[in-house]
Formats: sequence, structure tokens, C-alpha cells
Amino acid sequence: MSINPDKPIKFSPLHRLQWEEAQQKDVILYPEGMVELNQSSAEILKLCDGTRNLAQIVSDLELKFATSGLINDITAFLEVALKNGWIQQD
Amino acid sequence: MAGSNKISSTPPRWLLAELTYACPLQCPYCSNPVDYAKYQSELSTEDWKRVLTQARKMGAVQLGFSGGEPLTRRDLTELVKHARDLGYYSNLITSGYGLTEEKIIQLKEAGLDHIQVSIQASTQELNDHIAGTASFVRKKEVARLVKKHGYPMVLCVVIHRENIHQMAQILAMAEELGADYLELANTQYYGWAHANRDLLLPTKEQFEQAEQLAQAFKETVAGKMKIYYVVPDFYEERPKACMNGWGTTFLTIAPDGVALPCHSARELPGLDCPNVKDYSIEEIWNESKAFNFFRGLEWMKEPCRSCDEKEKDFGGCRCQAYLLTGDMYNADPVCSKSPDHAVIQQAIDSAAKYALPVDEKPLIFRNSKNSRLFS
Repeated sequence: MSINPDKPIKFSPLHRLQWEEAQQKDVILYPEGMVELNQSSAEILKLCDGTRNLAQIVSDLELKFATSGLINDITAFLEVALKNGWIQQD
Repeated sequence: MAGSNKISSTPPRWLLAELTYACPLQCPYCSNPVDYAKYQSELSTEDWKRVLTQARKMGAVQLGFSGGEPLTRRDLTELVKHARDLGYYSNLITSGYGLTEEKIIQLKEAGLDHIQVSIQASTQELNDHIAGTASFVRKKEVARLVKKHGYPMVLCVVIHRENIHQMAQILAMAEELGADYLELANTQYYGWAHANRDLLLPTKEQFEQAEQLAQAFKETVAGKMKIYYVVPDFYEERPKACMNGWGTTFLTIAPDGVALPCHSARELPGLDCPNVKDYSIEEIWNESKAFNFFRGLEWMKEPCRSCDEKEKDFGGCRCQAYLLTGDMYNADPVCSKSPDHAVIQQAIDSAAKYALPVDEKPLIFRNSKNSRLFS
């Protein structure tokens, strides 16, 4: 299972991504479980809204953080996210 | 509050709301206290809303609506809505009995995140025997409806000697029903399961065979279904890190409002567990005697006190130490370093004896009539 660069990526409807005030962190919630996210992982997942493909997510984040060369890190994280079922591609 | 000895602690993350002890099923391994029939009162809707609000404010995020059968509470939808407004991830832990499609839709609209349906076995005959109620056909239908309406579907099967031989069929059933998660919970011997242990505890060979099947299955369904495998601690050499440490993560509220560091803690003597009708969740969590009782490592006796693994398993389970050794400060006897470890083998031997047809004794089903005998 790996990311198809052409297809849009969406966050899984079977999980919930939310900001936790008490922890000052974004978390992923699912049946009886929770994953705490660091800021960069959370920023990537927030762009997985079913409208952007991999290249668009990379360029949006590079623009937002005024940097370049993020494609390898972002791809690696999204592969993990796909394997864990946090994101989907139709 | 009396006996408070405040030790710094992490906030609660997991709130288990046991809404009621009422249940149409009679599973002989139920984790409710055996004398539940003597606790008749239930918190009001307003009490529950206040509890949810206070615990959420402290940082609780996972919420289990459990029981008994939580569907017997008429205010369930209202509580689910309140929980969603507060930002909880709500789990409904149900037998599925009495759950209609209309109710599934209503709960979804109220903001329920997930429904966990229990099934007792892979065949109607055995399921209905163990549940003490004809429920198999309905449970399978409910599992399908849960999927149909877009919930993650978690199938929970409690494993014991009466159904462990069905492991292959149970796995096939989970796949056929399209479960997103399968919880294979080896029976933990508290409450009713403790009373029925001789009839429920499988042999080591049975455990190993079933575990092998489950592990192999886990690989074939990777990416489609997640397996939660709750280990049978009687066949382990080290105890479980019970509750992730006392008073660190889990908060259980019993139907009558008693706050418990774990759902079995009611059985322990002298904790004076506080009631949410008398104190706020913050007072209970931070200051009560019960929640500070086994917090940290200071309470430990030998061999735990000088053990280099004490920060990993916290001495195991206090309820198991109490049930099996009579002293809740002892090391969990599951641990091979415990001087009482022999009681585990005695329990295994005793169960093996009762597995012989000649010594067969009847299961004690969980119902109010039997519960009154324990009171």
C-alpha cells in the first residue's frame, strides 16, 4: 500500500482529528484509542480534506512555512498514515 | 476530604460511564460486581451531565458508555449529545440487544462515534446459552446496521473455555460481518468470572492454539481489520500494567455515582470510594483517599519494592492480588517473582479438574436472583 500521487487524499471518516486543549496537542481519536500528533504531522493531516493530491499538499505546506524540500518527509509520513488507516484514497 | 495524601498525578484521559447495572443478558463472566443487585440507585441525567463536563475539563477525551446495558437508560441519546458538544470521542459498549435501526440513526445524529457490539460465540446455540438470552440473530443484524450507518464497527468476543474451540469460526464471522476492529478479550477473572473460574479458564494448550490462529489471522487481514488481543494473564510470567497505573489515566463512575480507579475496585476493602454526588471530579481525582491509595510506588511491599520492573507493571493488578492472596498490597500473583505465584497453578489445576465431564458443575448466570445470593 502506498500513496498514489495523482489521487486526492482524504482523512478517514472512521477517525477524528481534533485539538485537545488540555494536552495542547492535536490528536487522532478512534475506537478506544488516541494518537498524539506533533505539529508538523497535524499540519499535514489537516490538508487531507479530499481536494488535494500529494503535490498540492507539499506545495501548500512549503508555501505556508516558507521552505522547500519537504516532499520526502511528507511522503514518508503519509505512507505511515495510510498504513494506519488515518487517511484514504478512492 | 478525609485521608487525603495528595500525590502529583496526570489528568484522566479515559472515562468509563457505567450508566446502569440493568442488563437483559446474563453472561457468567460479567465484570460487574457479583452483589450488584444491592446497588439500586442510578445517577440522574443532570448528575451524568455534570460528571461529563467536569471530567472533560480536566482532559478526559475517550468516553465509554457502558453498564450493564447502557441502552436501558432512556436518556442515552441526550447524554451522547452532551458528550459530543463537549468534544468527547464516545464509545457505546453494548450487547446490541434492543438496538433498533431507528436508535442507531438517532445516536449517530446525536454525535456517537462508535458502537462496540459483543457476540458470545460463532453459533446461535452457544451464543444464546452463554448470554442467557436468545440474542444471536439480532446481534449479527445490529453489527450490519452499525456498518451501514457509517460507524467504525468493533466486534467484541470474550474468550473462555466454552467458546475457545470456536476461534477459527469467530474470526471468519468477524470477517463476514466486515468488522473494522475485532476485540478478542480473554476472560479476566474478576466479578462473575471469578465466581465461575473453574468453568471458564481454558487450558494452556487451548490458549496457545487459539492465540496462534488469531495471530495468523491478524496478518491476513492487515489493513482491513485491526485485532485487539487481550492476553490471558494466568499464563503470563509478568503481570499486566493494570489501568496503566492506578489513578493515572482511567476513571470509572458506577451507576450509583461511586467513582472508581478501575471497574473492579469496588471489591477492595477500606478505599472509601467517593461519590460524584458529594464531590467534584477534580476533588475526587486529585484529593480522594481512593485515587491516591496506590498512586506512585510508595505503597509497595517486597518483592515489588526492590524490583527493577516496578515502573513497567506497577506490581500488576490490586484487585487480582486481593482476590487471590487476600492482601491487596501484595504483588499480583501472576508474577513469577510473587511468593504466592503457586495460587495461579492451583487455579489452573482446579479448572482442569472441572473440565472433566464427571465433575461438571453449572455456570452461575449473572442475574438479580443470583446476585442477591452474593449480597
